Amino acid sequence: MRRLILLLCLIAAPVLAVQPDEMLDDPALEARAREISSGLRCLVCRNESIDDSNAELARDLRLLVRDRLTKGDTDSEVVSFIVDRYGEYVLLKPQMGGSNAVLWLAGPAMLLLGAGIAVLYIRRRARAEPAGPGALTETEEARLRQIMDE
Amino acid sequence: MRTPSPRQCVHPGAPIAIGAPVPSAYDKRMITELGHFALILAFCVACVQAVLPLIGAHKRWPGWMAVAAPAATAQFLLTAASFAALTWAFVTSDFSLRLVTLNSHSAKPLLYKITGVWGNHEGSMLLWILIVTLFGACVAWFGTNLPPSLKARVLAVQAMIGVAFLAFLIFTSNPFLRLVVPPFDGQDLNPLLQDPGLAFHPPFLYLGYVGLSMTYSFAIAALIEGRVDAAWGRWVRPYTLAAWIFLTIGIALGSWWAYYELGWGGFWFWDPVENASFMPWLIAAALLHSAIVVEKRESLKSWTILLAIIAFGFSMIGAFITRSGVLTSVHAFANDPERGMFLLAITALFMMGGLTMFAARASAMQAKGVFAVKSRESMLVLNNLLLGVACFIVFVGTIWPLVSELFFDRKLSVGAPFFDLAFTPFMVLLGLVLPVGAMLPWKRGSFGRILRALAPAFVLAIAAGLLAFAMQTGRSALGPMGLFLAAWLVGGSVTDLWTRTGRTGDIRDRLRRLTRLPRADWGKAVAHGGLGITMAGVAAMNAWATEDIRVAQVGDSIDLAGYTVTLDDVRRVQGPNYISTTGDFTLTRGDDVIGVLHPEKRFYPVAQMPTTEAGIDNGFLRDIYVVIGDPQDGGGWAVRTYHKPLANWIWGGAILMALGGMLSLSDRRYRVAAGARKVAPVQGVPAE
Repeated sequence: MRRLILLLCLIAAPVLAVQPDEMLDDPALEARAREISSGLRCLVCRNESIDDSNAELARDLRLLVRDRLTKGDTDSEVVSFIVDRYGEYVLLKPQMGGSNAVLWLAGPAMLLLGAGIAVLYIRRRARAEPAGPGALTETEEARLRQIMDE
Repeated sequence: MRTPSPRQCVHPGAPIAIGAPVPSAYDKRMITELGHFALILAFCVACVQAVLPLIGAHKRWPGWMAVAAPAATAQFLLTAASFAALTWAFVTSDFSLRLVTLNSHSAKPLLYKITGVWGNHEGSMLLWILIVTLFGACVAWFGTNLPPSLKARVLAVQAMIGVAFLAFLIFTSNPFLRLVVPPFDGQDLNPLLQDPGLAFHPPFLYLGYVGLSMTYSFAIAALIEGRVDAAWGRWVRPYTLAAWIFLTIGIALGSWWAYYELGWGGFWFWDPVENASFMPWLIAAALLHSAIVVEKRESLKSWTILLAIIAFGFSMIGAFITRSGVLTSVHAFANDPERGMFLLAITALFMMGGLTMFAARASAMQAKGVFAVKSRESMLVLNNLLLGVACFIVFVGTIWPLVSELFFDRKLSVGAPFFDLAFTPFMVLLGLVLPVGAMLPWKRGSFGRILRALAPAFVLAIAAGLLAFAMQTGRSALGPMGLFLAAWLVGGSVTDLWTRTGRTGDIRDRLRRLTRLPRADWGKAVAHGGLGITMAGVAAMNAWATEDIRVAQVGDSIDLAGYTVTLDDVRRVQGPNYISTTGDFTLTRGDDVIGVLHPEKRFYPVAQMPTTEAGIDNGFLRDIYVVIGDPQDGGGWAVRTYHKPLANWIWGGAILMALGGMLSLSDRRYRVAAGARKVAPVQGVPAE
């Protein structure tokens, strides 16, 4: 399987990612094309954007992106054009809607939960009876600082 | 005069006499069989080591407990013998072994014959087990100050891990399987793996992954004992630190390899397999900080135990992800459902066992230390929170495609754009609070004093950020943020060290005190500074890298970011086991010639695979990175040129982090046995 994937990625078209002959003459349009293609997944290589991929299919997609852009599509129109044909699988950044809300909110939710537990824990430790001799009071600490400075 | 040896007496056409001093095919096979036998013996020893010491520790039978240490040594030596036998088979190209046939070739350079041992599933698993037994043996050898019952239990748990993985190796992925008809030559190692950077990437990574098995064993042993104290924290921290250092080096090597080998200068792809190594790194970083709290303040005990269990869990999930092929990735090897199920079962067994033990016994861990809200302890809790949640995000992102397809019937991808967006804020936050937390005193502190001390570092950091913002061409916030964090972390570390020299005395006194600070203090400063350097490198690469892609004829010049790259020639070169198209480029700035670059496009005929070797001019502030592509129809060659600002800071920072860890590891308190008599101060010897 590993061999197969590497074969698909490297043998299928022994060329390097974006080729000079694919690029658009208009630098602004080309920059948009690069931006879009770095967010689209190569369907035969795993976890590589079509911008980085060496596969033939990625080249076709890169040309398709550039073709749509020269025909006057906006960035989001180009993306939805490709998603309509290949499914949301091609998006390296999953859409927010539906079940994906779990993915996007998992981090912030965990942060809130963890922060809540941490605050409770710290407050409990702060209130707990000291096991050894108690901590210095503010005045004691100031006095100690004074001694240290001398 | 030399006496003729028996062999020289033999007629040239006759077969070599038995007993001739050359390794015959028969000897070679014998060594392999001995290796196989040693592996099975190691499994038997591990079974004994997993049971007897545990019973001994429970019944307080010293003799049974004492089995653990020699068994751990024996288990290590047997596994080492087995590994040596497999290496021998690779070096001598014994193609009667299936594994050697599939992954080696007689024309391969010797270095890659050796590294080919772990360039495949079976061999790398044997390496993994070798390291499991090595860590166990380290406890047996160096853990002389451990209480006998704890030592017996730690080694028993470590042996259980050994049993599980040895069974996995012997029953599902035996490296010593034979071919009935040995082929004339092998199928060669994947050419991408024939590279010094990648050759040593797996051993370091495994040392890290498996180092966490040691913290797991310590955690389970402590749960069985029902006791966690400062001494436990001190025993477990060196292993955590070591694991984290190895992971840091392993990940950095992998990323560096990707940077120069894959041909477009990317260094991190948020690939499932990369994430599999990154998650244990994040958790190990959290664990080595919380273990300090256990060691110094006897708090956060149950949390540290939980982290130790989870950390090894992530290591095993990493092994599962890499080897099962469930989350297929570019470098997943051995996609095999049976192996995947076995690994999943091992992971589930150790996690469920560990967590059940934790649930049953964690309440016995009484925290002793009391601390205020504004204290080092609280800040380390925040560190653990940020690293823990960051790891959780990577985990969710990594498994989400699987979850989504299984439960929601949505086939989708989670790639770099998601991780960049979801993960980066946590690292920025971590960098912002780190210098403050690192300086806040234990128990109770005040922010005012710390912030006053840190004011110069903060001003410097703001200046660095503003300078970057003014100098950059775009409006990116990322680049300036990276430089701000780098200056803030490095400045904060310097401030921390400097304030530790006290408030009094002239500069010379304080500098002298600086050299006498404990190594742990230096380690902390160096590692934190390194993190800042890495952050700057990552931010600069993402924000400011520029590139040029074009068709170049011989003699053409390419201008990029103030440099000129000229294509002088393109040559065909014959390598040891490949054919190369090599470009000769001259790199100039103005009229100065800075260097000559030789990017290559190689073709490995045996594996039928091309690779690219970039030509890189390394610099402190930037790399110039040139890649040669295919000849074009209209003449000329596809050439890609990149300007990568601060590229080497990424790996330089990683080296600093690892160095900081090593400094910490060499701190006196880990070298001197706990409770041992203080060494008498050395008397000065008068100069003669």
